[in-house]
Amino acid sequence: MSSSTTTQTYVPKTRVGKVTDYVDSRVGGSGIVKEFGRKIFPDHWTFMFGEVALYTFVILLITGTFLTFFYDPSMAETHYNGSYLPLRGVEMSVAYASSLDISFDVRGGLFMRQLHHWAALLFAASVAVHMLRVFFTGAFRRPREFNWVVGCVLVILSLAAGFTGYSLPDDLLSGNGLRIIDGVMKAIPVVGTYLSFFLFGGEFPGTMIIGRLYVLHILLIPAVILLMIGIHLFMVVLHKHSQFPGPGRTNTNVVGYPVGPVYAAKAGGFFFIVFGILAAIAAAFTINPIWNYGPYDPSPVSAGTQPDWYIGWVDGALRLMPGTLGDNFDFEFMIPFPWGVNALSLNVLVPALVPAAIVFTLMFAWPWIEAWVTKDKREHHLLDRPRNAPARTGVGVAGIVFYCVLWAAASSDLIATHFLVSLNDVTYWLRALVFIGPVLAFMVTRRIALALQRKDREIALHGRETGRIVRLPHGEFIEVHEPVDDYKRYKLVSFDSPEVMVPKPDENGKISLLDKVHGRASRFFFEDRVAPVTPKELEASHNDHHGEIAGAKDRESIASH
Amino acid sequence: MKNFSSSGTTRGRNHFVKALSQRRRHPLAAFALLLMALLVTGGIYAAASTANEAQAQTTTFTANDVEEGSKLFSANCASCHGMGATGSDAAPSLVGVGAASVDFQVGTGRMPLQMNGPQAQAKPVQFTEEQIRQMAAYVASLGAGPSIPSEEILDASEGDSSNGGELFRVNCAMCHNAAAAGGALTRGKFAPSIDGTSEKHIYEAMVTGPQNMPVFSDANISPEDKQDIIAFLKTIEEQGSPGGAELGSLGPVSEGLFIWVAGLGVVIAFTVWLTSRSS
Repeated sequence: MSSSTTTQTYVPKTRVGKVTDYVDSRVGGSGIVKEFGRKIFPDHWTFMFGEVALYTFVILLITGTFLTFFYDPSMAETHYNGSYLPLRGVEMSVAYASSLDISFDVRGGLFMRQLHHWAALLFAASVAVHMLRVFFTGAFRRPREFNWVVGCVLVILSLAAGFTGYSLPDDLLSGNGLRIIDGVMKAIPVVGTYLSFFLFGGEFPGTMIIGRLYVLHILLIPAVILLMIGIHLFMVVLHKHSQFPGPGRTNTNVVGYPVGPVYAAKAGGFFFIVFGILAAIAAAFTINPIWNYGPYDPSPVSAGTQPDWYIGWVDGALRLMPGTLGDNFDFEFMIPFPWGVNALSLNVLVPALVPAAIVFTLMFAWPWIEAWVTKDKREHHLLDRPRNAPARTGVGVAGIVFYCVLWAAASSDLIATHFLVSLNDVTYWLRALVFIGPVLAFMVTRRIALALQRKDREIALHGRETGRIVRLPHGEFIEVHEPVDDYKRYKLVSFDSPEVMVPKPDENGKISLLDKVHGRASRFFFEDRVAPVTPKELEASHNDHHGEIAGAKDRESIASH
Repeated sequence: MKNFSSSGTTRGRNHFVKALSQRRRHPLAAFALLLMALLVTGGIYAAASTANEAQAQTTTFTANDVEEGSKLFSANCASCHGMGATGSDAAPSLVGVGAASVDFQVGTGRMPLQMNGPQAQAKPVQFTEEQIRQMAAYVASLGAGPSIPSEEILDASEGDSSNGGELFRVNCAMCHNAAAAGGALTRGKFAPSIDGTSEKHIYEAMVTGPQNMPVFSDANISPEDKQDIIAFLKTIEEQGSPGGAELGSLGPVSEGLFIWVAGLGVVIAFTVWLTSRSS
């Protein structure tokens, strides 16, 4: 009440003040600025990948709009008559011809096409890195579970946006990708052919698909992405940004700078930095040279045909799947139905769907899986250092290795030619690695994380090893340890370390199956845990080994030993 | 039926068809049919191969060339290919491979073979132009085969690069990559990059089918079409990359690698810089 009266009585004196007051008294922007402008965000370089994703998305919208001015999504046949000589007179679709015109006959067109495509690759990459950061630091825990899910939806949407855009030039490379999609769809029993005919408007490739992908690419998918980004950012503001633990940083505060003026300026500047980096890349490095691939034609497939990196892992899975096992087992089953026999082609369906199903299911469900194991219902605004959650970090690295093996499989032919090895051997190794790799990665990562925790514990208790050997008067040699300062030590000792929960029998002395499974899971997560240093331990180490932790400044105390 | 009775000639043909249809289950019918089919196929093949040979005879060698070539062959090739180039366990017979084969294999350094492996690798050329010509003359004298192509057919400026591009994408790009950057084959074999390969060697590769490459005979791709392919390859070689550095022309793999390493690397450097003076 009082604030509204002050607004009414306020009389601006300058011209600018009058204009702003005129607008503000009608729009009420000052309230938003007051609230949001004072919002505090913590500062850490790993917190900026979401921003990169947002900025690349804005760049995609700007460059994409430019491209729509000149692109024609028609599959009508035409004969190219543009500037690129090696394709002149060749029969092609209007879509491909207009993409070539953008590249060679529209002023600045090739730069905009390359900027759009490079921005798309960086968009997907920054989304992935942002997600990994959130995962490894445990930022998905309560209350941010739903925002994690929104993020997962955004990952899938960015894959969809990328794939639909990749197909639009109607060149040979992207046409081969669409053919794989068509093949996967047709492998679905019973409804597969119907789905394919529905999508392509008849037999592949038909005359509809480019126009349909265009609508998805420029209308539906960006609209849903924008909506999801809106929800995503709204929840970030609502939840506050999480922060790394440190002196003065607690679960109930946020230490950092306000949006206005610090982050508004930093973020605005960072947008132009990202834009500049991408513009430099787009100006100097070619991407998707569609003129090399030629117009789409269902008969040829050129060597080195791969999708863009974010779809590559699915292509890799298809490449790794053996067509037959031994001489007879071909993964194909004939299922008799009342209306006839339908084929079930597992050699297509398994690689095309199972890895994606595993990755996405685990991704979406992870916050609840971990909460069930830890039985932790608290709110977490402080982040974990990855080493302090060894099992989670292990699972994350296992996921990365799984993904990377499939990704490598998509470039198996290039690995073979560039490292002078046999393509068959590359395939055999990767087939083994796709199963063994994640397991090994989990074990190794977990051990490394535990070792780092022990190292942290050592440093917190005894200080840093200086490498200086001192001989005491009675002949004993000791290494001088330099104690860490309190700020550093705080970071080394303040973390959660849940213990293994042993299942407890109920009043009948029985342990339910669920509890047993939970006990196993808890042991899997937390066995061999390294407990954080307690104040008592710290006190004890100070008293008992003062000589060992004494620094260079404490020469007298060493001498007095 | 009344249609057939309308004229005498129709009736006569009708009789013949009837006779043929009555004897179609004769024990010798299948044999006769097979014989006919073989004659037709063989005839067409013979006509086509003579057409090839007619095209191929463009270079003439002197008796002296053959004589000198024979000596070079005995000294450098016969240990594997055998005296008289009749082949051994280690290497195939060269009777009938033609001068073009020798010119390609020796002229690109693939022969003499450096080491056993999945396929012969190109290396610095071991002989002079003159010596290669003499060995080619010797091998050509052993039996008819594709000869070294003439200058006119190798003139890329006479070819139609867009037709060549289409032929290249349909016939060659599945192994050599759409931008002729090369690609992998099975068990360590590969299709090499064609970048920098001379017109003559491209042509010879097409007519002789070295290593794992199939032969594209003149009946399959006419000499004019081969010229178009060469024109296409030389056009894309000379024009460079319109969009900037081409990252090996390897497609999305090198592009993905680039954005992850260079693109994201630079972005991370900036994020570290932007947050370096924080609390």
